[in-house]
Amino acid sequence: MLAKRIIPCLDVDHGRVKKGVNFVHLTDVGDPVAIAAAYEKQGADELVFLDITATNEKRPAIVDTIEKVAAQVFMPLTVGGGIHTVADMQRLLKAGADKVAVNSQAVRDPSLISKGAEKFGAQCIVLAIDSKWDPAKQRYTVYVNGGRQATDLDVIEWAKQGVAAGAGELMVTSMDKDGTKSGFDIPLYQKLTVAVNVPIIASGGCGKLTDFNDVFKQTDVDAALAASVFHFGELTIPDVKAALKKDGVTVR
Amino acid sequence: MIAIIDYDTGNTRNVKKAMDYLNIQNTLSADPAVIGNADGLILPGVGAFGKAVEALKQRQLIPVIKQAAKAGTPILGICLGMQLLFDRSFEFGETPGLGLIPGEVVAIPDDLGVKVPHMGWDQNQVTQTDPIANGFDQEATYFVHSYYVKTQPQYILAESDYGVKIPSIVRNQNVIGMQFHPEKSGRIGLNGLAAFKEVVTNGNYSRN
Repeated sequence: MLAKRIIPCLDVDHGRVKKGVNFVHLTDVGDPVAIAAAYEKQGADELVFLDITATNEKRPAIVDTIEKVAAQVFMPLTVGGGIHTVADMQRLLKAGADKVAVNSQAVRDPSLISKGAEKFGAQCIVLAIDSKWDPAKQRYTVYVNGGRQATDLDVIEWAKQGVAAGAGELMVTSMDKDGTKSGFDIPLYQKLTVAVNVPIIASGGCGKLTDFNDVFKQTDVDAALAASVFHFGELTIPDVKAALKKDGVTVR
Repeated sequence: MIAIIDYDTGNTRNVKKAMDYLNIQNTLSADPAVIGNADGLILPGVGAFGKAVEALKQRQLIPVIKQAAKAGTPILGICLGMQLLFDRSFEFGETPGLGLIPGEVVAIPDDLGVKVPHMGWDQNQVTQTDPIANGFDQEATYFVHSYYVKTQPQYILAESDYGVKIPSIVRNQNVIGMQFHPEKSGRIGLNGLAAFKEVVTNGNYSRN
């Protein structure tokens, strides 16, 4: 049985982890390598690095970050943020990333997904989707540019289209739930897991231990991603996994 | 010296990073002379079987690897690199492999209610005692693949249950394969690479 994955997400700005973490006594709370190693020790199954560097000329910083992390931490690494071309993907994969996540640029040019999948394999290409419920249209709408801009796309349809183009995994963030700490968006993931047959990472909304149990018991998602609850030590990965195990969910 | 065969596949550098981290002397090379003289070989690989065979052919590495295997040089194939050790694959039509372990590579059935690719951490059950498989029993390692090998039990050291029994560690004398990524499986995976190094050092194998 494949273990359900617990994935901390790190926002990286100019090669530094934004806001840092405070769950361990790190001498440098913003050092990506030290933080990644600490999460590996806690039992994280994978790490997602989101490059939030605003200026394009500073982009190579993330490549350097991944290069350093991959030399010390031996677990799957996914990198997202600002990936516009196959060459961007190649640089990150060569530096040690196992997967790259595309978001806004894939909406603008869906061929980025197929080109990436053709060159590196579908398992390398994660389609990240920011989703928001539209009560008027009674559907989930895809947002781009860090959730600032709505598109015409329906999340479920875009997910199917992305998988058909070659995305090997979906990382879907519920903007309705993100930051609320009121639990994952169960109905969204129930719909998505029926619509596509690739692994899905649920993201946004977790605040307490039982949120993880709920998303894994009530939907068929493969992984759950969280940031602040882990970074600020409100929850620890061993606690989350112990609670899941007790509930009969397979974890590592 | 252990040579990591460099043939333009995704995970070569991560394998090197793991070997460097373990302080195991290694070199990344596509040079037939270097590969032919190495004490041990690692054949990494991600992607499609046919393309990988083509890439090895272009670099004139197939006879070199076969010769090394025959001479008793320990060889470790990782992920697609493990699949390449077998007789043939049915990924996008039939392609012959290196033929160093009897068996063939077939698709993971997708009608068993499991998602394909088999991607993530899955548990290993050790089926035969062997220094290479030591420490993997009931431990999870990181897998990413859509095809798996069908071979005889005598070559299987460990397997993982994913609807079908997927051989996760295989061995035919000096030829060893790991279907998961030891370079991405934390401490457990690194131990597997260290165990391969021990085989290279101690010659824990019988020559053909």
